[in-house]
Amino acid sequence: MTPPDGERPTGPDAAGQPAVEQSPENLPAPPGQVSSRGVRTGMFGAKGTGDTSGYGGLVAPVVFPAPTGRPFGGWFDEVADALLDHLAGLDGGHEHALGAVVVDRGEITFHVRREDLLQVARALRDDPRLRFELCSSVSGVHYPDDTGRELHAVHHLLSMTYNRRIRLEVGVPDSDPRLPSVVAVYPTADWHEREAFDMFGLVFEGHPALTRILMPDDWPGHPQRKDYPLGGIPVEYKGGTVPPPDQRRSYT
Amino acid sequence: MTTFEPGPGRAAGAQEDLYAGSSETTEGRVFTVTGQDWDSITEGLAEGDEERVVVNMGPQHPSTHGVLRLILELDGETVSEARCGIGYLHTGIEKNMEYRTWVQGTTFCTRMDYLAPFFNEATYSLGVERLLGIEDDIPEKATVMRVLLMELNRISSHLVAIATGGMELGALTVMTIGFRERELVLDLFELITGLRMNHAFIRPGGVAQDLPPGALEEIGSFVALMRKRLPEIEALCNANPIFKARLEGIGTLDLEGCLALGLTGPPLRATGYPWDLRKTQPYCGYETYDFDVQTWDTADSYGRFRVRVNEMHESLKIVEQAAERLAGLEGAPVMVADKKIAWPSQLSIGSDGMGNSLDHIRHIMGESMEGLIHHFKLVTEGFRVPAGQAYVPIESPRGELGAHVVSDGGTRPFRAHFRDPSFTNLQATSVMAEGGMIADVIVAIASIDPVMGGVDR
Repeated sequence: MTPPDGERPTGPDAAGQPAVEQSPENLPAPPGQVSSRGVRTGMFGAKGTGDTSGYGGLVAPVVFPAPTGRPFGGWFDEVADALLDHLAGLDGGHEHALGAVVVDRGEITFHVRREDLLQVARALRDDPRLRFELCSSVSGVHYPDDTGRELHAVHHLLSMTYNRRIRLEVGVPDSDPRLPSVVAVYPTADWHEREAFDMFGLVFEGHPALTRILMPDDWPGHPQRKDYPLGGIPVEYKGGTVPPPDQRRSYT
Repeated sequence: MTTFEPGPGRAAGAQEDLYAGSSETTEGRVFTVTGQDWDSITEGLAEGDEERVVVNMGPQHPSTHGVLRLILELDGETVSEARCGIGYLHTGIEKNMEYRTWVQGTTFCTRMDYLAPFFNEATYSLGVERLLGIEDDIPEKATVMRVLLMELNRISSHLVAIATGGMELGALTVMTIGFRERELVLDLFELITGLRMNHAFIRPGGVAQDLPPGALEEIGSFVALMRKRLPEIEALCNANPIFKARLEGIGTLDLEGCLALGLTGPPLRATGYPWDLRKTQPYCGYETYDFDVQTWDTADSYGRFRVRVNEMHESLKIVEQAAERLAGLEGAPVMVADKKIAWPSQLSIGSDGMGNSLDHIRHIMGESMEGLIHHFKLVTEGFRVPAGQAYVPIESPRGELGAHVVSDGGTRPFRAHFRDPSFTNLQATSVMAEGGMIADVIVAIASIDPVMGGVDR
């Protein structure tokens, strides 16, 4: 859904449009500044024949901040340089290992391949130039439309020595949701990874005891995936019926 | 303490003891204790040749600080292995938030760590504000009110930590004193937000409403009263020989252990390391307040207790400074100026309780079509948040509390994950408890001060 080649849209859609002078704020983003993960259709939540809103045909891409080029700014470059030194010997070269770096809203995210995660984590903790001593949290995010990387594990790391925070993100396919566990490097990740397994089905290989933590042991499914229903029952009140939250009209 | 295993192997009529029946399972002999009769257990243990006893403590047990289940392997009274079972208070708050608007999210997350509701709201609101890019537009009065409420909340939370910790030791006076003072804070919350807990008062863009008249005087007299009463707690506990004997050297965890296991808050500061996000990574303008980070150097339960007591004094200092600033901000806005984000309604007390102010109704129904549209759109649909993710941690009474909020550009959170300090800190139970006496497990857990609402979310 990214505009091709950074030009104004061409082709059938744009052909019949009057030439409107665009304000600087209303230009399409140049390529490489956005990354699309799925589309949003319609408005006001109405679907099918019940849609009288007139917006049923609207298709808008879901656009996330895209990888940032050098320089990242501030201490971000120092961290990236130190990390690259450690990744130089890796399979496929470091460009591949540190494929995408997103700097957005003052926070830096390193997208890491799952096979490199353990080595990256170890370097981040042990290198005197990095010193990320504390793993704040590991959480899962399910992007059903991010084909091939549906499940993301997001690690928030904190360096108390340098007072810095970074984020590591590992995307894995739904069909093969395996990634290495960082418990050997950060023992605190133990329960966090169990929670991500419980809620998303992410399988952290090498975890000492990857079992459910919040849900009962025999619970079927992984509740925080997007395809898992919220559940709930309709509630009657003064003659009216309020449907459960996931069946109410949504505006997204 | 109960040994509880509802397993299928219960042999019918094996023993007709109403209070301490036993059954054979694949794991060995299981006793179910519901009363005070331990005779059959001691007899049963004498028969068996196995020394190892596994005791299930909780989840319904008055000393486990909530619905926490402890699985303890005992050798006599010494704990050889300790594990936690959690999840008994899991309510799916994070999942539920994905089905509500961004503003409604505060109503859910305030219920997580129910002893520190303002911190849940604050970290969530700060995250959403970063996603919206309005961090610099939050009115000063809203920020000062957030600080005021958070520090009052820190006092009430630490009071409960000390009170319940004391109660679990059997120090009932500590409990009654702690809850008595906490009630004063809750009265202030009720005056300012209308509720004692579950406030949903700090919202993306600011706070729900202005300070009510007379609030600053009440805060002033509260601070003066607490200045007298905090020393009472200190006089009762600090040098109390029984209290010290129970707490000193118990649940020790040094700095390396804290960092490896991710412990933050009082357990980390009790090792002597002055890590406090209010100082190291200031948010809400904490860098402009005069206060000190409290540390202790014993790394044990007693140190954590002293850190908490000293932090309450520091919080009083901050509350006083915030109240002073608020006195000069009378009538200033408490919600961001952007009408596409700011919650439109204004509350007031009517004849039938608190509700939309009649002035606001008159405005949207009689004066401004645009105001009506904004009100309708924001209340039904909510505002859109640009796609991306943010993590803005804050220093809650228990440590680093952060919300990882992800937006896909919609009117609802795509994902909200809370890094709750109780959840992370509770992992230290095994390290703190193993090798010690069973009575010290209680002390160690009380010194972590986990709140199960935050652990299980």
